[in-house]
Amino acid sequence: MKNILLATKRLALSESGFVFDPVSGQSFSVNDTGLVILRLAQHQDDIEQLTEQLLEQFDASSVEIKRDVQDFIHRLQGFLK
Amino acid sequence: MKNIATKNPWVAPVIVRHSSSGMNKFGGVRDAQFRDEIAGVSIAELVEKYGSPLFVLSEEHLRQSVRRINRAFTTRYAKVRQAWSYKTNYINAVSAILHQEGCDAEVVSEFEYDKARRLGVPASRIFFNGPYKSRGALTKAVSEGARIHVDHLDELALLEEVAAELNILNFPITIRLNFDTGFAENWGRFGFNLENGQAMEAARRIAASPNLKLTGLHNHIGTFITDPRAYTAQVGIMINFMNNVEAATDCTITTLDIGGGFASRNAMQGVYLPPEQITPTAEQYAEAICGALAIGLKDREQNGKPLPELVLETGRAVVDEAEWLISSVVANKRLPTGQRAMVLDAGVNILFTAFWYNHEVRPARPVEGIPEDTVLYGPLCMNIDVVRQSVSLPPLKTGDLLSFWPVGAYNNTQWMQFIQLRPAVVMVRQNGQVDVVRRAETLDDVEEPENLPIDLQPDFS
Ligand SMILES: Cc1ncc(COP(=O)(O)O)c(C=O)c1O
Repeated sequence: MKNILLATKRLALSESGFVFDPVSGQSFSVNDTGLVILRLAQHQDDIEQLTEQLLEQFDASSVEIKRDVQDFIHRLQGFLK
Repeated sequence: MKNIATKNPWVAPVIVRHSSSGMNKFGGVRDAQFRDEIAGVSIAELVEKYGSPLFVLSEEHLRQSVRRINRAFTTRYAKVRQAWSYKTNYINAVSAILHQEGCDAEVVSEFEYDKARRLGVPASRIFFNGPYKSRGALTKAVSEGARIHVDHLDELALLEEVAAELNILNFPITIRLNFDTGFAENWGRFGFNLENGQAMEAARRIAASPNLKLTGLHNHIGTFITDPRAYTAQVGIMINFMNNVEAATDCTITTLDIGGGFASRNAMQGVYLPPEQITPTAEQYAEAICGALAIGLKDREQNGKPLPELVLETGRAVVDEAEWLISSVVANKRLPTGQRAMVLDAGVNILFTAFWYNHEVRPARPVEGIPEDTVLYGPLCMNIDVVRQSVSLPPLKTGDLLSFWPVGAYNNTQWMQFIQLRPAVVMVRQNGQVDVVRRAETLDDVEEPENLPIDLQPDFS
């Protein structure tokens, strides 16, 4: 989990949600929430703290946020390996 | 300064890879929008009142659909009858509307025959098809004067016996033909083959019987025929055989029944063009069929023979687009492969056509977020319970509603009571009122025919 958060540092993020991975040459689209998570992840390799930060910004339970973030990270893992 | 009290609403994060290959550019567009109403009635309110899943019929769509087909043909040929193919959807409210619109009934079993009779259809307006009609069913149908379509020689022999027993002479019958049109695969297991002489042999047997007479020819080339030229070929071949059989056995054919098979605007799996592009209109089918009739029957009346009546047994194209299925999202999942999955409360148990169609799937509200490739599972604990293998959908929450369309053909008849009870079917009437035309099943409905021997009653005391 930690590794994958570290790997987000290499991603180029744009305001519109366009994401480029210079290692694989692949590009992605993320929605607003996805963009917020990637931005946070570039400076934060602890998933618990990342969830805390999201809780401050968003109106949702920590259970819901944790579940969705974990889902998102898993997805990312598949793309960035 | 950011106010803590006004936090942003949480939308689940989504990431999708840009793919250079294999993206279905039509699928994306087709499924991008939402649908929040059916015939002017809110989907959310329908589900609140009648539960989920829910089948929703539109009276207006159904009437418009059958009228359009009728108009397309009656403006091009003088004698046309539509016979409603019961098996496609035999909910009484559906059949009743189609009978109000002037349709006869096309049935393929004694059960369907009885259903049509109970609804008030006169036997003389029932076309009785199918490869199995029992002696009892034939006796009833002959004595009531139904229009019987003979499928094989054994049935012909039985029919002759039945007519003789009832002391009926010259009972008019139709034979079902099969032949190669060069377009659709020949449904050779039904009826008498034309190329190998079986059909002519059947006609000679009928001519030799005092109890029967041949007055009609029937053929059904198959279902979901997207090339109208298949019908041009079919009609040409049938007229040719009509001329031959009349000459050979001195009969007069008064009915040409070309079966069903017109496609609806549904997406067949494995077909990549969108249905709007490949599904011919009623007018295109009519043009192909009536054009062939005009050419083939040019000299018929001059030769002292009547113009035969054209019978259509259109099923799918009449009813498919007049019905929707509403289903709720029960769970979101991520599969080990990375694909997103949703579990719905409607599966292949009630959406049988999911085995061959890619229905249009739309959320019932506008949803923010990037659409992602999603597999839709039903509620059964069976691997086959997939209502959609791959569809691009935005993020949805549990409880969100999805509509599937078109679902009017073959679902309300082929659905099964398996693991789950079958849901209600409602109809939005032309005046906007909603009527339940089939209530949701209950445990009592399912157990009513059962009998538990008294000594088998388990004792858990
Ligand atoms: C004899 C006959 N008539 C009519 C139909 C209705 O076909 P469709 O729904 O393709 O119009 C069928 C369907 O298989 C059929 O077997």
